[in-house]
Amino acid sequence: MQDPEQIKQRQARLEQMVADLLSEARSQGASAAEAGVSSDAGLSVDVRMGEVETIEHTRDNGLGVTVYFGQRKGTASTSDFSLDAIRETVRAACKIARYTNEDPASGLADAELMAKDWPDLDLHHPWAVNPDQAVELALRCEAAARAVDPRITNSDGASFNSQESLQVYGNSHGFVGGYPSSRHSLSCAVVGAQDGAMQRDYWYSSDRLPERLDSPEAVGRRAGERTVARLGARRLSTREAPVLFEPEMAVNLLRCLVGAVRGSALYRRSSFLLDHLGQRIFPDFVRISEDPLQPRGIGSTPFDGEGVATKPRDLVAEGVLQGYVLSSYSARKLGMQTTGNAGGVHNLKIQSGDKGFDDLVKAMGTGLVVTEMMGQGINIVTGDYSRGAAGYWVENGEIQYPVEEITVAGNLRDIFMGLQAVGCDTNRPGNIRTGSWLIDRLTIAGE
Amino acid sequence: MTDAFEIAKSTLLEPAALGEAELGRVLDQMLGQGVDAADCYFEASRLESWVLEDGIIKEGAHSIDRGAGLRVVSGEKTGFAYTDDIDLNALLEAGRTARSIVRSGAEGRVAVGNRARGHKLYAPINPLETLGDAEKIDFLRTLDAEARRQDPRVNQVICSLVAAHDMMLVVNSDGALAADVRPLVRCNVSVIVEQGERREQGSSGGGARQELSFFLDKERGLGYAREAVRQALVNLEAVDAPAGTMPVVLGPGWPGVLLHEAVGHGLEGDFNRKGTSAFSGRLGEKVASSVCTVVDDGTLEGRRGSLNIDDEGTPTRRNVLIEKGVLKGYLQDRLNARLMGVAATGNGRRESYAHLPMPRMTNTFMLPGDSDPQEIIASVDRGLYAVNFGGGQVDITSGKFVFSASEAYLIENGRITRPVKGATLIGNGPEVMTQVSMVGNDLELDGGVGTCGKDGQSVPVGVGQPTLKVDQLTVGGTGV
Repeated sequence: MQDPEQIKQRQARLEQMVADLLSEARSQGASAAEAGVSSDAGLSVDVRMGEVETIEHTRDNGLGVTVYFGQRKGTASTSDFSLDAIRETVRAACKIARYTNEDPASGLADAELMAKDWPDLDLHHPWAVNPDQAVELALRCEAAARAVDPRITNSDGASFNSQESLQVYGNSHGFVGGYPSSRHSLSCAVVGAQDGAMQRDYWYSSDRLPERLDSPEAVGRRAGERTVARLGARRLSTREAPVLFEPEMAVNLLRCLVGAVRGSALYRRSSFLLDHLGQRIFPDFVRISEDPLQPRGIGSTPFDGEGVATKPRDLVAEGVLQGYVLSSYSARKLGMQTTGNAGGVHNLKIQSGDKGFDDLVKAMGTGLVVTEMMGQGINIVTGDYSRGAAGYWVENGEIQYPVEEITVAGNLRDIFMGLQAVGCDTNRPGNIRTGSWLIDRLTIAGE
Repeated sequence: MTDAFEIAKSTLLEPAALGEAELGRVLDQMLGQGVDAADCYFEASRLESWVLEDGIIKEGAHSIDRGAGLRVVSGEKTGFAYTDDIDLNALLEAGRTARSIVRSGAEGRVAVGNRARGHKLYAPINPLETLGDAEKIDFLRTLDAEARRQDPRVNQVICSLVAAHDMMLVVNSDGALAADVRPLVRCNVSVIVEQGERREQGSSGGGARQELSFFLDKERGLGYAREAVRQALVNLEAVDAPAGTMPVVLGPGWPGVLLHEAVGHGLEGDFNRKGTSAFSGRLGEKVASSVCTVVDDGTLEGRRGSLNIDDEGTPTRRNVLIEKGVLKGYLQDRLNARLMGVAATGNGRRESYAHLPMPRMTNTFMLPGDSDPQEIIASVDRGLYAVNFGGGQVDITSGKFVFSASEAYLIENGRITRPVKGATLIGNGPEVMTQVSMVGNDLELDGGVGTCGKDGQSVPVGVGQPTLKVDQLTVGGTGV
């Protein structure tokens, strides 16, 4: 935890390392190069059953370089920041580039796309917290969870985590950029028992700003309530029914969308949304947008992993796919322009509707609320979707009882087109934000 | 040098002039009133990977990581700090930080010297250097050609070759020193096949604690290419998987991921000490049908999940978890073993010096039974035969686990009829094992591809089983 002047000095040091890496690459004969350096530090504390369990001080350094000899490339990385290590890392990358092949799509992103004069996105809010204070916050969190109900008999504990990160990226176009950022979180998981069966659930809060975290008591209470709500879970018989995905679960469905419109899946022809640009993939009302420049956002960044300036855009508008998620490499493979998504999406959000969670439960009438999913079970090539689930069974617009040991299955194409409503119960700050999703019909497998 | 201990010592300690006296100093200041144990884990690793795609060598990457992790344990409390500088001052500072969980200022006295012995399950080699770079490239090209040669419908081929060289040395407050040099190689082929509008994928691979020539022996690498294409072509013909509870026959080898999820995690010492596992407090109870004997064995020669010593210096063992249906034991690291008053079982593992050790599996598998695999299939009227899987996941506390089939077939009237699409299978760990009614005589271990994740830490593991029949398991297809 350092003052702004120290941060500036550290950033200048990392920028110098990037410059050293690039000049070393040039002197070893590379025609172009790019390099990234990061330095993270943090404190992580776990408590359990009212006692400290671990106190962990983290400090991670990493540097990576990619060199290009024409259209051939090589990559190397290390955690060692010494001058010798820099030289050896560049040498390792150059050695690899001797064996890779000419790849017409390979190379830096175009120079004219590099970010310049970007705004300060206000991402760095360090928390001057010492281990004792961190322990105190985690203990309050766990105590609140355990106090929710006498059926909460055990605990997986509560965790406090605070990280600061400094990242610098540069390339041989002359681009160099970096910024510090912070992220803090509190989480808690408790165990409840009823009729000899145990259930566990959790909750968390995470933000770039310490003061925007939910209180330890609020996080703990929610973890306790979620655990208690799962007690006495039953199975369901196999059936088809409407399904309401809680915001945290709907995030997973948006991730599937991102996975299917990502450049690497498209140029490998391994996506069920291949050639769907300009086509309807959701109902009319759906708008999904990306806002990389949102101040204080978890996914905010003024430039992507290649130095390309980021900008806000719609990924889906009126249900129609407006663009892909591309880096310069995948864009060249597809004969397109990069979308500034080297490294992924930045603050993706689906426009919410006017109904809250309870209204959506009512609107569903009879069906399943999914509060947890397990396993992989997602095939992006075909869109086939089959996952383990737990949640609640709903009848007459009201939650009846918790359910578990079931699966929900369908095809993502149908799931997206079958989206009936997005709730206004948007989830907590994260890189992907959404309200609950009501889907018209999925197969539920059970007893 | 052919001795793992000497190699690790000369790489990790000697460049920083760290001898027994210096290690003793670091440990001395980590001890004091209330401290039960302390250790210092040194590690240097190198990883190299090559990727062939679109018929060209597209990417190569090389990474080097080194550092030391220092841990102080007091009762159930652990203080931990790490440094990527291996030198005395950095170690002393990290040690002080780790020790801040206890307040007293006293110091201990550790005489470092006694050297723990481990197994010799693999040679202390650097696998990156076991094949020339040009040969690595040529090898990937032959895999690409082999995959494309299988069928004209093969559209995309991605082949990868990875070699990792991991050296570790651990010294603890008992004064014991232990070290290991761990080679690990991995190769994978994945393909996309296209037929009209339909596209499917297939993937196959393997690995071991071996030289890279492992993949050239017995045409192993070529076998992965053929197998990936075969799987993808099978999936081109697949119809919707059924939905509901039915008998499921699991093929031998990799489907042993069932045991890893349904049983293995639930038997890790940390969850059982805390009483948060569905298996907690059930030692000596019948938790599986009598045909089930499940072991976790870190001592298999050259296997991906094997270790000469675990990351706390304890030699690995063959631990019987379930014997003829009865729960026999848990998997322990030193911390949980001490708190539960039992012996460490050689299962203390960590992803790297920057992570804390915890109880983890090594190679987990079921011993063979008497049944002929054909008989097992013939015994099912209507059910699923699943032979390949993606990953799985388990909720330790409720016991619910899933694993996702990537190649499966319908069984109708005792015969395998049609391939069905991938589907997730879900069950309850302690219950599913009581549903195992037939165990085949065809035990196989997986090809060396498993990676297990727990608390954000990944470690290489192995699984295995004979063909087995679960009378009732829920299959998450769409065919109601």
